[in-house]
Order: sequence, then structure tokens, then C-alpha cells
Amino acid sequence: MFMPPTGVQGMRFGAAIPGIGLFAFVALIGAAFGVDAPFRQHMWVLFFTLAAFTVILMRRTSFEPAVPADPSTYMDEPIRYGSIATMFWGIVGLLVGVVVALQLAFPDFNIEPWFNFGRMRPLHTSAVVFAFGGNALIATSFYVVQRTSQARLFGGNLVWFVFWGYQLFIVMAATGYLLGITQSREYAEPEWYVDIWLTLVWVAYLVVFLGTILKRKEPHIYVANWFYLAFIVTIAMLHVVNNLAVPSSLLGSHSYSAFAGVQDALTQWWYGHNAVGFFLTAGFLGMMYYFVPKQANRPVYSYRLSIIHFWALIFLYIWAGPHHLHYTALPDWAQTLGMVFSIMLWMPSWGGMINGLMTLSGAWDKIRTDPIIRMMVAAIAFYGMSTFEGPVMSIKAVNSLSHYTDWTIGHVHSGALGWVGLISFAAIYHMVPKLWGMPRLYSERLVIWHFWLAMIGIVIYAAVMWVSGIMQGLMWREYDGQGFLVYSFAETVQAMFPYYVMRAAGGALYLAGALVMAFNIAMTILGHQREEEPIGGRAARPAPALQPAE
Amino acid sequence: MSDKKIDDVTGISTTGHEWDGIRELDNPMPRWWLWTFYATIVWALAYTIAYPAWPLISSATNGMLGYSSRAELRTELDGAVAARADYAAAVAAAPVEDIIADEALRQFATSAGAAAFKVNCVQCHGSGAAGSAGYPNLNDDEWLWGGTPEDIRVTIAHGIRFEADGETRFSEMPAFGGMLGRDEVTALATHVKALGEGGDLSGPGAELFANNCASCHGEAGKGDITLGAPDLTDAIWLYGSTSADIAAQIRAPRHGVMPGWIDRLGETTVKELTVYVHSLGGGQ
Repeated sequence: MFMPPTGVQGMRFGAAIPGIGLFAFVALIGAAFGVDAPFRQHMWVLFFTLAAFTVILMRRTSFEPAVPADPSTYMDEPIRYGSIATMFWGIVGLLVGVVVALQLAFPDFNIEPWFNFGRMRPLHTSAVVFAFGGNALIATSFYVVQRTSQARLFGGNLVWFVFWGYQLFIVMAATGYLLGITQSREYAEPEWYVDIWLTLVWVAYLVVFLGTILKRKEPHIYVANWFYLAFIVTIAMLHVVNNLAVPSSLLGSHSYSAFAGVQDALTQWWYGHNAVGFFLTAGFLGMMYYFVPKQANRPVYSYRLSIIHFWALIFLYIWAGPHHLHYTALPDWAQTLGMVFSIMLWMPSWGGMINGLMTLSGAWDKIRTDPIIRMMVAAIAFYGMSTFEGPVMSIKAVNSLSHYTDWTIGHVHSGALGWVGLISFAAIYHMVPKLWGMPRLYSERLVIWHFWLAMIGIVIYAAVMWVSGIMQGLMWREYDGQGFLVYSFAETVQAMFPYYVMRAAGGALYLAGALVMAFNIAMTILGHQREEEPIGGRAARPAPALQPAE
Repeated sequence: MSDKKIDDVTGISTTGHEWDGIRELDNPMPRWWLWTFYATIVWALAYTIAYPAWPLISSATNGMLGYSSRAELRTELDGAVAARADYAAAVAAAPVEDIIADEALRQFATSAGAAAFKVNCVQCHGSGAAGSAGYPNLNDDEWLWGGTPEDIRVTIAHGIRFEADGETRFSEMPAFGGMLGRDEVTALATHVKALGEGGDLSGPGAELFANNCASCHGEAGKGDITLGAPDLTDAIWLYGSTSADIAAQIRAPRHGVMPGWIDRLGETTVKELTVYVHSLGGGQ
């Protein structure tokens, strides 16, 4: 089934077909009358995407009487789509990451103009953060909120609008980067019209999520849902404020920011840092709070800790952005506040790590026998490590060395590959057999392969970036006995070459792990189960009942 | 709906809530966690008292230490300038030849020139000053405009074909593509290549060379530094050494431009750059 059969009475997609068709026509007008070439090209992309979608819907429509959805069941079809989308975009994002890593090591991989580093790098960051991470968050939040509220998703077809609307945002953002359309704001490069579209989708997401919570049958809201809700609400606020801009034309791909100078920089990093804080931390903590206790079959370690660390985290995170602007035109007082709020953030972040790891007390043996638990533990460990490294790097004295170097890139990736990646993979491994009604995954042994490929990849990546980042920082500040600069910039770039090659190798290993996963997930969905020895040897199987000794 | 039960493994009570089979233990917050959290808050408050931190209506608290990142930068820069003030004054006062003759001054000026070179010159001449196609190698002993300290200083100060500077060095080889036929250019290129590599110098190119080129490059092709005319008898070629490269340069010569640095860097830094470039290997 492609979509639940609702809409105009008696016709599937009775509202969607004319709606999307009309939208495609608007895109065609944009393609015809756009004032700049990139905008016209972008509108052609939009037109063909929507036109193809309309044709697909028309081929699948029917006039049979619609079967009303059973309100006592969970609405899991969009989550199935979301799981596949997460996997797909994850591989796209990682692949582009390996390509940009190779472009840094071997500039010949830059293919002008569409595939040069300047366009591919934001494609990589957005594909990983928003396409992979965003789909993982939307899919798991729909999965978790239904099960912990004992309620079907609120909103009916609005859920499908959220899913497909978000995919359209991804396509428009990604093609926009390659066409050279950008407003040059880190993690927020798409121009005004794509931003407006995302705002609509995001508000719909909030309505679906909040509506489901409001009609819950449980007396309390589960902690995972607090985190998901904080993520959705805060990202809405961050996205709208950071993207306040005046388009130079309603048919053009250019706009002027509402902010200027250092205020603009601060707005960008207020957004940028909280994209990390509320998207990549709070959202994925929501994921952790459901899937870890569920997979381990153990109670959450401490309710009190979850309350305190939740409120402390969301109160403190929002102030930490100025630490991205140490030693710049930003006033000293704002730099100080950015730094001290980052330090205070250390323990609230670690509260999530403690609650995640200690939930396993009484189930530690599962690290050996359950590769999904193993992956979750590694994710939480990387979460703890990067949320310690972050406050350290926010200290001005450390930042004066680390800022602008590859150390920052390494830090981001130990969080992104280690925490965000592994916890999302684990959640998908957990969900997929349940969503498709399979007894288990195709192969648990392949999960172990994925785990080790990913772990080796991350360790290479992070270690190499520490070495090259610190070396780069030290070379930049190297002075001779008389106070004169020792290295030219090009010499520091040359010195980093071997590390760039190793970094690309680490990323390739991580990508290889994700490909193993994609195969495993695809085989599971197709209904196959590999005959294999259980993890931990035969002892892990329930022992046959022994005859009592005479 | 309070349904508290005791967890078998840990003996801790649950809170009584349950979601999709997930319960929560009623563990207290770990003490070390709580006290570390308090400690970071206390530290943060203390830090904001010591340093500029709290925004007011139209200013912000200055902090008890009176810290300012601008003042810190100023102090460090002034300190660096003061530490080398004696040498810098001596470099400023002395002509380049005297700086080179004085061991201590020469070392200082070489370091200073190297640093300035890394910032201003490597983009064209390369980190090792080895140049690249169109950008002269500064390590060898062929000098287009002379390799004495004074020659180098003038070149750095005023540039080459740099129209913003009236004292810039200027020369322009004519484009012979408009004056000579295709075969003549080829013959000339063959002759010029033979000048350096040692070959037949009696071909048809010899006469063409004598009539068209010798006035600047000399009868023997040894060049002339007063005109910026390169020596054609060595193996150093700015725009390539193949016959085709040479023919292209005869037909429509490319003329590189180097900016003059005196206005941007000042007298002292130009002298230091001169000492550094002179020391690279080919200084005369």
C-alpha cells in the first residue's frame, strides 16, 4: 500500500493529485519567469520532481470505496518509509563525505562547477545531519510517540505530508547546493523559498507529534517524548529566526539577511550550535531513552536524573553558541557567557550518558551477546566523549589553538559518526523486524561486521583529526626566537596531506559498514533469515532441560 | 496509576509509571554528578565576576580582572615589537649591503624577511621560493633584473610592470607573431633552443635572431638585466623550454606583473625581504 486510502470520497489521493499538480504548475511558472539562471534551473528540478510524483499517484489511484483506517492500530507505514529513507540518505551523505575527504587530499577530484568542494561540503553536512539524521528522528519519533502514548498518530494524511514534504525539502536543498544556490549560513544554506517550505513541513510535524501526545492514553509523557518535543519546538524557533531574510525578488534565488555584521554571525552560531544541541543531541537522546531500555529490557536507571538533566540541558544549551566566535569582533562579555554556559553544560550532557549506560546494569552481558546493545553502548560512550571534548574546546585558551583547525572537524565527527550514526543504526536494527513483522534480522553476525567497520572507521577518523588539527594549530602559531612566523599557510596544508588520506580511509570504512547494514536491512525486509550460529556460541541458546540426577 | 514494584536485579523501586513495557527506577542522581554540576555552576559564576560577562542596558560588566581581548592582543603585539625594537631600528637605519655584512643584523633580517615572504610572496613564488611557470625561481642565480642587493631591493619595492608605481621596472618584448611568418618563428625558436642546448647555430634562425632579438638579448643571447631581457643560453625558462613554448613566447609574449611592495610593507620590511631573497642562493 502506498498511502492510506483517504481523500476525496471514493477516490484515492483525490486531494493530493490536484494539489501536487498545481504545485508543479507553480514551479513551471518559476522556471519560466525566474530572474536568475540558478533559480530557473532549481524550479525545473522542482517541476520534474512534482510532476513525476503526480504521475505516480495517478497511476496508483482507484475509485473503490476507501477502507477507513483502524484507529486502534499504530500508523506504521510512514515509519517504514522513513526507515528506508534514513538508510538511503545515510549512504548518500556518507558517500559524499568520502568524496569531499578525497577532494581535500587530492584536489583533482574537484569537478567544476557542480561537484567542487565548496558545493559538495554543505551537501555532505546537510545530507548527514538533515537527510539522514532528520529522517531517523522523524521516523523514530513517530514510532516512539505512538507506542509510549498508546495512541495512533494524530493528523491522518498530515503524517504523509510531513514525510514527503521533508523529502522534497532534502531534494531542493541538495540540488540547490550543486547549482550554487546558497545563503552562506552554516547548516542553513538553502535560500528563502526552501526555508519557507521547511517551515510549513516542520509546523505540520509539530502538529502531528503534539496531537499524538495530547490524545495519549498514558497518564504521563515519557521522557523520550520530552526530548523529541524539545527538539521539534526549538528547531522551529531556530530555523525561523536564523533564516529571517528579505528576498531580492520573489522569482529569484537571492535574499538579504535581516541581520548584519557580528549580530549576523552570532545569530548564525546561535542557530548552528543549537542545531547540534537540539537536533543532534536532544533529538537523539529521545531515541536513546526509548530504544536502549527497550532493547536491553531493563528499566531506565533514574527518573530523577532524567528530569534534572533534561531541563538543565535545554536551559543551558541555548546560550552556548558564542563559543564559536571566540577572539572575534563579538564583545568579550558574550564570549565569556558562551564559554561558561558550555562548561555548565558538561554534567547535564553526561546525565544522558549516565542514564543510558546505567540502564544496562543487570544486562551488561548483553554487550557480548546482543550486537545492537553493543552498538548502543558504543554510541553512548562516544556521546559522553564528545560532550566532554566540547566544553574543553569552548575554553578560550584551548579554543585559541583548536579554532579553525581540523580538531573541530574531528570533534564533530566523533559526535556524528559515533553518537548520532550508531544510535540511529541501532534504532533501525531494532525497529525494522518489528515494523515488517519479521521474527528477527536477516543476520546478527552482519551487525557485528557493521559494528567493527564503523568503530575502526571512527577511531581512525577521530585520531587522525586530533593529530592533524593540533599539528595545524601549532604550525600556525609557531614563531622563531625573534618572534617571526615560521610556516607559510601552504606548508601547513602540505603537512596535513597524509592525515587527509587516512581520514578518507576511515570514512570509507564507516561507509562500508553502512553498506553492510543496508544489505542486512534489505534482506530482512524481503523476508529472509540467514541460518547462523547465535552470537556468543551455543551456550547463549537456552540450555536443554537436564535430567535431574538420580 | 501508581504501580511501584521492586526491580529484581538492583533491588531498587520503580516509579510506578510504565510506557510500552518501559519502567523507570527511582534511583537518586549520582552524587558525583550532582556535585560536579554544582561545581561548574560555582566556577561559572566566579568566572563571570572576574571577566566581562553580564550585559547591562548599554554596556556590560567589565569583570574584576579588567580583562579585554583587545587589550590583551595590543599588549602581546606591543611586547613583540618592543622585544625586537633594537634590531628593527638598526635595520631601518642601515643600507641593505651593511645589513648583510653584519652577522647579527643579517640573521635578524633574514628571519624577518622569511616571515614576510611566507605571508606576501609564497602565493606566486612558492613556499620554497622555487617559483613555477611564469613566476621566477628565486633560488637560482639567473636574475631578470639583477641579483645585487640593491637590484633586488628595487624590484621588491617597485615591482615589475606595476602601473601603480611610477618607478616600477618596465620592459615589453614585442609580439613577433605580427612581424614574422610562421616558418620564421619556428626557425627562430629552433635557434633559441639551440643557444641553450648547444646545437646548430648556423640555421636560418641565426640571421633572424641577429636582426630581431640581439638588440635586447645580446648577440650571444646572454640577456641584459638593465632591460629585464632574460639570458637565453641557460636551461632556465620562465614559460617553458620546448620549441613550441619558445615559439609561443616569440609570437605573443606573456608579460608577468609583480606588484611593488614599498607602499604596503614599508621600507624596513622591503629591506628584510631583500636580505632574505638575496640569501636564498643566487645573490650577487
